[in-house]
Amino acid sequence: MKALGIILAGGNSSRMQNLSDKRAISAMPIGGSYRSIDFTLSNMTNSHIQTVAVLSQYNARSLNEHLNSSKWWNFGRKQGGLFLFTPTVTANNSWWYRGTADAMWQNIDFLKKRHEPYVIIASGDCVYKLDFNKVMDYHIAKQSNITVVCAKVPDYDDVGRFGVVKMDHDGQIMDFEEKPMVAHSDIVSTGIYVIRRRTLIELLEQCNKEGRYNFVTDVLIRYKGMQKIYGYMLEGYWSNIASVKSYYQTNMNFLKPEVRDYFFRQEPKIYSKAYDLAPAKFNAGSNVKNSLIASSCIINSQVENSILFKKVFVGNNCVIKNSIILNGAYIGDNVYVENCIVESDETLLSNTSYIGKDEIKIVAENHNRYGI
Amino acid sequence: MSSKEMIAMLLAGGQGSRLGVLTSDVAKPAVAFGGKYRIIDFPLSNCINSGIDTVGVLTQYQPLVLNSHIGIGIPWDLDRNNGGVSVLPPYERSDNSEWYSGTANAIYQNLKYMEGYDPEYVLILSGDHIYKMDYEAMLDFHKQNNADITIAAIPVPIEEASRFGVVITDEEKRIREFEEKPEHPKSNLASMGIYIFSWPVLRDALVALKDQSNCDFGKHIIPYCHERDMRIFAYEFNGYWKDVGTLGSYWEANMELIDLIPEFNLYEEFWKIYTKQSMIEPQYISSTATVSKAIIGAGAEIAGEVTGSVLGPGVVIEEGAVVRDSILMRGVHIGKGAYVEKAIIAEGTQVGANTRIGIGEYAESKLNPKVYQFDLVTIGSKTVIPEGVEIGKNTAIHGITEASDYPNGRLESGDYIIKAGEES
Repeated sequence: MKALGIILAGGNSSRMQNLSDKRAISAMPIGGSYRSIDFTLSNMTNSHIQTVAVLSQYNARSLNEHLNSSKWWNFGRKQGGLFLFTPTVTANNSWWYRGTADAMWQNIDFLKKRHEPYVIIASGDCVYKLDFNKVMDYHIAKQSNITVVCAKVPDYDDVGRFGVVKMDHDGQIMDFEEKPMVAHSDIVSTGIYVIRRRTLIELLEQCNKEGRYNFVTDVLIRYKGMQKIYGYMLEGYWSNIASVKSYYQTNMNFLKPEVRDYFFRQEPKIYSKAYDLAPAKFNAGSNVKNSLIASSCIINSQVENSILFKKVFVGNNCVIKNSIILNGAYIGDNVYVENCIVESDETLLSNTSYIGKDEIKIVAENHNRYGI
Repeated sequence: MSSKEMIAMLLAGGQGSRLGVLTSDVAKPAVAFGGKYRIIDFPLSNCINSGIDTVGVLTQYQPLVLNSHIGIGIPWDLDRNNGGVSVLPPYERSDNSEWYSGTANAIYQNLKYMEGYDPEYVLILSGDHIYKMDYEAMLDFHKQNNADITIAAIPVPIEEASRFGVVITDEEKRIREFEEKPEHPKSNLASMGIYIFSWPVLRDALVALKDQSNCDFGKHIIPYCHERDMRIFAYEFNGYWKDVGTLGSYWEANMELIDLIPEFNLYEEFWKIYTKQSMIEPQYISSTATVSKAIIGAGAEIAGEVTGSVLGPGVVIEEGAVVRDSILMRGVHIGKGAYVEKAIIAEGTQVGANTRIGIGEYAESKLNPKVYQFDLVTIGSKTVIPEGVEIGKNTAIHGITEASDYPNGRLESGDYIIKAGEES
C-alpha cells in the first residue's frame, strides 16, 4: 500500500454553538444515517488505504463509541488497522495536542514505524467522495512536495472560515491565506493533504524544535516558498460542516435527489457503524413529506422537509418542519418544531413549540425523559 | 479445541414448500421477514443472546442466499476463534453419500462436528419460527430436572391444538404421552420443535436409528427415547411464537408488526435481533407520498401511497403507485401509477407502470389450492411484470414475464405464471 491515513478529528469550533457540547465535530450526525467522519474513513478504505490513525482530543466519547470496531469500514486487518490516538502523558510530554502539527508530532513514532511512502492527512468534518489514489497520482506527476486538495466553496459568504488558495495555471499554489477577512478567491483548502511520510516527519520535527504547532500556519504557509505545494481540485460534491449554518445546509442537501443518488446509490458507498435497528414505523396519522427517515423511527404525525435520524419518536398531532432531529429524540404530543436542530436524545415535552425565527434554533434542553 | 457446554444445531435445509413461489430459489429460513430480517435471524440472534456461541447450520435446499447471508457470522457476533457459526451442507464420503433425508438424519451426518466440541448438551433448532427465547433458561430447566431431553412447548388454544404435536405432562412437567395432530387433544401444550438433548442421549439415539429411513426427531428419535423410559420434560414457553410456514401465517405475522403496539416488539434494546445489513442509508419519503400504518426498511424511496404494508430495504414506490396490505421485500420496484393490494412480492421484483395487482374476485388456485388459499397474490424473487397488465386475486407469478404471457392483458384470479429457469 502506498499511503497511510491520518484524520485530524480533534477539533471543536465556536461556530457549532452548543452542538459541539456533546461531541467532536467529526462525530456530528449527517444525512440520517452517518457521522461526519464516515465520509473520510470510507474514502480511505475505498482508496485501499489500510492503516488509518484518528487523532482526537476534544470530547471524544461519541467518536470513540462510533469507532468501537474497525470492521464497519473494513479496517482491522492483519495488514493495517484503525487507530485512535488521544493525547497521553509520557515520560517527556504531558501536553494536550497544542495544534494539528503537534498532534501528529506527538504520534511521530507511529509515523516512523510505518513503511508506506505517503501520508494522506484529512479532516473529519467534510462530506465528500474522493479517490485518494488520483490525488497521489497527481502529486507524483507534479513532483509536488505537498499537495493540497482544494474545492470551490459552495457558499461564498462562508469563505472566511477556510484557507483561501491562489494557484497558477499549472496548479502550483502561489498564495495561501488562512481565514482571511476579505478573500481574493473562492478556491479553498479542504484540509486534505498528500505528503511523503519522510518529508512529514522532517517537517514535524523541525516545527517542534521551533516551538510551532500548527500544520497550516507553521508548515504550509511558512514553507510555501521552499517546498513545491500544488493544489488538486476536488470536482464533485464537497461540503464542510463546521458551522451551524453549513451543518444544517449539508444535511438538508440530502433531500435533493442528485445528492442522495451520489452518496446513497453510486459506488463506492459510504460505510457507517451498524446498529441493528428495526425498520422505521409509520402509524396511523403519520403524514410525511419530502423527508429522510432513519431506522427505528416511530412516526405518528406530520413531518415535512426534515431529516429524522435513527430512533426518533414523533407523537400525535405534531408538526415537524424544515428541521433536523438527531438520534433518539423523543417528541411528545402536540409539539410544533420549525427551523430547528433538535439535539440527540432530547425529550420535547407535549404541547410545546420550538421555532427558529431568523436562524436555525438549536434545541438542547435536557428534560428528563421519564418525567413526562 | 476447548469444549462447549451447549452447542446449537439449526436445521435450515428445508424448502418450505407451503410458501409457494417465495421459496422457489431460497430456503425457507432465508425468506425475508419484517422489513429487514430473514427468518433465520431469529434463532441465530436467540443463540447469541442466550450465550451460545457455537452454531452448526444445516443447509441443503437452495443454500446460496442463506450462505451469503450467514457468511462467517459477523452480524450475530458468531465469528469466533473457537466455535462460531459453521454452515454444514451434505457431503460425499468414500463409502457412500446421501442427502439429508430427515431432521435427525441430517444431525446424524454431522456427529463428527458435534464431537469436535465435546458438548454436554445439544440444542436442536429449526429456522421456521418468529420468536425471542432464552435457551439458557431452558437449559437451566433441563439441568434442574436432570432430564435426558427437554422439549420446548407452548400453550395454544385447545381448539387449535389438533394442528400440532401435543405433549401430555405430569405435574412435574415430565412428558408422559405424545400425540401427533390429535383429533381430540388431551392437552394444549404444543411442541415447538426445539429440543435440548444431553449429548450422550442424542448420540446414542442417532447411532441406534442410523438406518431408519428419513429419520426424524418427532417421528423417530423422541418416540425411541420415550419407549426406553428416558426423562423427557416439557419446558413451557409463554412468549410470542409464530409459525410462518404458510403464506397466510407469513402474511399475518408481518401485518401484526404494524399494529400500534405490536405483540412482537422489534424496537426494544433488550434481546436485539441481528441481521446482515445490506443498506444503512435512511429512507426518503417524497412530497407526493402518503405513508401510514407501515414499516419501511432502510434506503427505500417512496413517492406513492403506502398503507398497511411492510416494505424491505431499498424498495422504490414511484409516483402515483398505491400499495395496500402487502409485503414487499428488499429491492422491489413498483412503477408509476401501479396498484398493489394484498400481495407478497419477493426480492428484486419489478412491477411495471400502471399494472394492477390483486383485483377482481377470489378464485381457487389452479396451481396448488393447498398452498395458495389465502387470497394473496404471491410473486417470486427477481420477477418482472410488464406495464399495464391486470392480475387477479390468489395468483402466483415467478420469472421474467412479458405482455404476451397475459392474454388480453390479464391474469385471472387463481391463475399462475411460472417461468422457472428463465431468469437471468
